[in-house]
Amino acid sequence: MNLIGLYTLFYKEVLRFGKVLLQTLIAPVITAMLYLVVFGHVFEGRVQAFPGVSYTVFLIPGLMMMSVIQNAFANSSSSLIQSKVTGNIMFMMLTPLSHFEFFLAYVLASVVRGVLVGVGVFLAALVFTEAPVKHPGFILLFMFLSSATLGAIGVMVGVWAEKFDQIAGFQNFIILPLSFLSGVFYSIHSLPEFWQTLSHFNPFFYMIDGFRYGFFGISDIAPARSLGIVTLFLAVLTGVTLALLKSGYKLRD
Amino acid sequence: MPAISISGLNKHYARVHALDNIDLTVEQGEFFGLLGPNGAGKSTLINILAGLTRFDSGRVSVLGHDVVTAYRRTRRLLGVVPQELTYDPFFNVREVLRIQSGYFGLQKNDAWIDELMAALMLTDKAEANMRALSGGMKRRVMIAQALVHRPEVVVLDEPTAGVDVELRKSLWDFIRRLHREGHTIVLTTHYLEEAEALCDRIAILNLGRLVALDTKKALLARGIGRTRRVCITTEQPLGPLPGNLAEKVRRQEGNQLELQLDKSADSVIAVLDVLRAHGAVIIDLNMEGADLEDVFVELTRRQKV
Repeated sequence: MNLIGLYTLFYKEVLRFGKVLLQTLIAPVITAMLYLVVFGHVFEGRVQAFPGVSYTVFLIPGLMMMSVIQNAFANSSSSLIQSKVTGNIMFMMLTPLSHFEFFLAYVLASVVRGVLVGVGVFLAALVFTEAPVKHPGFILLFMFLSSATLGAIGVMVGVWAEKFDQIAGFQNFIILPLSFLSGVFYSIHSLPEFWQTLSHFNPFFYMIDGFRYGFFGISDIAPARSLGIVTLFLAVLTGVTLALLKSGYKLRD
Repeated sequence: MPAISISGLNKHYARVHALDNIDLTVEQGEFFGLLGPNGAGKSTLINILAGLTRFDSGRVSVLGHDVVTAYRRTRRLLGVVPQELTYDPFFNVREVLRIQSGYFGLQKNDAWIDELMAALMLTDKAEANMRALSGGMKRRVMIAQALVHRPEVVVLDEPTAGVDVELRKSLWDFIRRLHREGHTIVLTTHYLEEAEALCDRIAILNLGRLVALDTKKALLARGIGRTRRVCITTEQPLGPLPGNLAEKVRRQEGNQLELQLDKSADSVIAVLDVLRAHGAVIIDLNMEGADLEDVFVELTRRQKV
């Protein structure tokens, strides 16, 4: 194992998003705060998603996880497509990094960005309201698993895409709708039965529901089930992405 | 043990046979030239060596290590300067070189990075962002990136393409220095004068096939024995030439005409007579032996036929 090589690629990826913090950390936190203020103001007192939990407080974990999902995906996918378009990915391909080290470095950097954005949203939300933390271990675990999953999807899409447009398309037509329709703004129990059933096919629903359990000790489905499904989803994506990287798909012709 | 050993190498892109059963050995410490027209397969060959491109059949090894099964080892032994000008816009020169070192497992490599930057005249640009560098400087950073792990075999794919004359000369000096220090050098180039000036042994690829592999001296001897180059200057620019003469033209620009003639079959006097009959007023005439370009043109033309 080329541990120094792995650490270097991870460090480079963290350094890369660190150089554009306004775009990679501050902007997503501000966006989440806008959602919190606007939706909280409109629905506070009208919607009761969980018993004894105000709507604004209910929103916080959902907005955190939505930001984690979107930013973890953006980190690996945008870095890869940029390296491919400018061609500098070649200098990475010439090194003794294995496909596993390559994958791990990109995913871990996505986790760092996802977690930083998630924590940033939480800290900013504390300015407006208080939030309970019932099971911090669940919060950390779901944040890690979810950002790693989206980091892996980002690697897969970044390897597949040939232009920025395709990344934006994937982000706007798949990641964004799935994260919006996963229960960020509502409990799925408030949906008609058909939409409830459909929500169970959305992997992001389990990320948000399990994450929310960490805050309130309440969730739409058993947290162990969410944990199992998210872990399985990450394992499958890891397997598929590693196979893709090993085959050299779109990287080594 | 050879620096590079290639045997029975085949590569297809869809229906194109990009490399057709290539056998090639580069010895340690050699300055080896890889020549060929566009699309000959030079970059494909280098990319296979570097692990950037997969191949269909054959065996490729660097200092005895297989590029597929022992890729970690071969990539540490190889330093490749790619043809395309690429850079990472997020980082400065020093960061780029430190990161590249890290990929190879080297953490404390600043002394060598400083030496490389000094040799490539990049020291005063160490903290400059890559975006702020000129094309020539970016090219020098790419060379530093390829050498940052002190590879034993250095492969330069058209390192002086699009580079001005002064920088080209300084790059030649630097590459010569690497060779003197014991590195094996493989150079692909479009500039035949570059290969002629630098390389000991030369391989010529055309349409994916190895059409020549010999010392520079032996290759030149092939041409010198059979052809001569005739450069003619006329008073007025010449129009289209008659068919039998047109096929001997190597270059025609304004009132300058360069012909490659077969010593045994073509008479210079007869050529001049044809030109005069064509209305040309000849004001200067030069005759030289063959250079590498003659050999190259001859070999690649023969294969087309």
